[in-house]
Amino acid sequence: MRHFFILIRQEVKNLSLAPGTYVAAFLFLLVMGFIFQGVVEAFSTRAHEEIPMVIFFQLFWLPVFFMVPLLTMKSFAEEKRQGTLETLLTTPVTACQVVLAKFGASYLLYVLLWVITYGFNLILYHYAKDPRLLESGPLLGGYLFIVLSGMLFIAIGIFASSLTRNQLVAGILSFALLFGLIVGSRYLADFSIAGPQYIPLSKTWIDYLQVFQHVEDFSRGVIDTRAIFFYLSTACFFLVLSTLTIDSKLWRS
Amino acid sequence: MPSIHPVADAWSLLETMGGAFFPKIAQFKPFLHKRLEPKRDSLSLKGCRANVEHFPKPVSETTIQVEKLVKAYAGVTAVNEVTFSVKKGEIVGFLGPNGAGKSTTMRILTGFVPATSGRATVCGYCVATESHKIRRLIGYMPENNPLPDEMRVGEYLRLRGKLKGLHRRRLKTRLNESLEMCDLTRASSRIIGTLSKGYRQRVGIADAIIAEPDVIIMDEPTIGLDPHQILLIRDLIASLRGRMSIIISSHILPEIEMTCDHVVIINSGRIVAADTPENLRREFVSRNTYQVEFKGSPERFAATIADANLDLTIETQENGLADGYRTATLTSPGENDAGELLLACLARQPDFSLRSVHRLKPTLEQVFLAATRRSWEVLMPTPPSPKKIG
Repeated sequence: MRHFFILIRQEVKNLSLAPGTYVAAFLFLLVMGFIFQGVVEAFSTRAHEEIPMVIFFQLFWLPVFFMVPLLTMKSFAEEKRQGTLETLLTTPVTACQVVLAKFGASYLLYVLLWVITYGFNLILYHYAKDPRLLESGPLLGGYLFIVLSGMLFIAIGIFASSLTRNQLVAGILSFALLFGLIVGSRYLADFSIAGPQYIPLSKTWIDYLQVFQHVEDFSRGVIDTRAIFFYLSTACFFLVLSTLTIDSKLWRS
Repeated sequence: MPSIHPVADAWSLLETMGGAFFPKIAQFKPFLHKRLEPKRDSLSLKGCRANVEHFPKPVSETTIQVEKLVKAYAGVTAVNEVTFSVKKGEIVGFLGPNGAGKSTTMRILTGFVPATSGRATVCGYCVATESHKIRRLIGYMPENNPLPDEMRVGEYLRLRGKLKGLHRRRLKTRLNESLEMCDLTRASSRIIGTLSKGYRQRVGIADAIIAEPDVIIMDEPTIGLDPHQILLIRDLIASLRGRMSIIISSHILPEIEMTCDHVVIINSGRIVAADTPENLRREFVSRNTYQVEFKGSPERFAATIADANLDLTIETQENGLADGYRTATLTSPGENDAGELLLACLARQPDFSLRSVHRLKPTLEQVFLAATRRSWEVLMPTPPSPKKIG
């Protein structure tokens, strides 16, 4: 456990000292600001039932697709390429500690960036002065979804990075996995409507995977424990896979 | 055959299924058998205890024991039945041409790479199954010395010290000591990415020694260092003699010769020679070489040498020296030193003015060349006959 804290402190320190982190954070917030502005603009032309933040949360996939691969692709691929993973794994640390530390650091940054986006809502409130904007239900639900789903997304990114020593491959792989999870599950749902003969999975299974459904539920304030279990268990699954990959001696030649 | 015990049956099934992947399963078997066996009288229990004593914890005299280690990559045998041992406090040098299997052997010893077959132990722990214990005992510096470019020297070494289990006060003293030992004190706040090769190399060495491990494994530690730094590292390694077991590999042969108690020469994955530098010299280069500087006619010199009957052959004669002196190189087969007689014989001659007689020690380079040549001859006894055309 002590090693985990040493490693995660080091990872966070590395992230906080790297200029790249700030550039990435600035650009991320810039893009998110544009998206939020687009949402607000849509509200000005037509009346909506929800607050702008709910629509904003439903566009979560846009930053996830580019941000998660960029945040995580470096973690193991770079260390493998430089060879520093060899020096790290010949000290008394376990692969699990290393994976958790890398995951923890990327996850913290991911959550931090999302938390900052709450500022958009505050700015809007400052000008609109509408108390509905600060309604706690949708906001808490939406952020709970971001925090939970972030675990799975970052774990997928870490797993992709642990498979290769090439950052580009890691980035594309995590993008493909995320795309498969978020968009692919929706396709599956569309197919399953056509009839059970096309998809050999039961509808309950496919509904379980609907990330878009989850975000809708959460941002309406409906906290579904099935979804919580889904994100926690799959995140653990991908972290275990990453640990096995890092611990495996097959790639060490 | 009827089943003896359902648990024992299940066990044998588990063992056949999982034994290939989890070698540790086999270790639990004796305990299980003991539990399944009916209780016997005290006599047989004594026998059991005696059995246990047959396998004592390995004595700490030998820190590294390698037996018939084999490492095969797809189609290539990088390490082939390598067997050697390192005693406590000994410095062992690995010599070999590129691709001989030095780095692979070292990586197997650190537990980072699994061996194909064979057995290696460090301080009595098996590198394959007890790698977590081995990691506490070794300081390892890999080939090419990978370092994180964005960190500062002191910061990196402090992190490594912490990971290796050093605590506050001890971490501080050890950090300062290793910085000083590697002459890095003034560079401790510099960023590793901006350092020159020599500095990076010393950071790697400082990392290997920081936690005072029992075993230090360094892959080409002196590569890229200037002569002053090489001297520093040589002294550093020599100062660790007796306290830690050290394995270093190097291309720079005088380096190995000066620091190592024991030399292991590897070629194409096989050990071709392993002994002290002195013994290797005796074994592989069985002749004496002398260098003589004299003034006088070369023919007269040759005749004198022939008359002296010392079994000496003149290899070369040069008259290149500016002050009229010539240099001749003489060799004599066998181990007997003819230096004294040669000196006496030449000094007696009034026609010569003799300036120096110098006995050349065979360098490890010669030993290395002789040993690797011999191993090539063993590997390829006859050259392939040319194919007939037409």
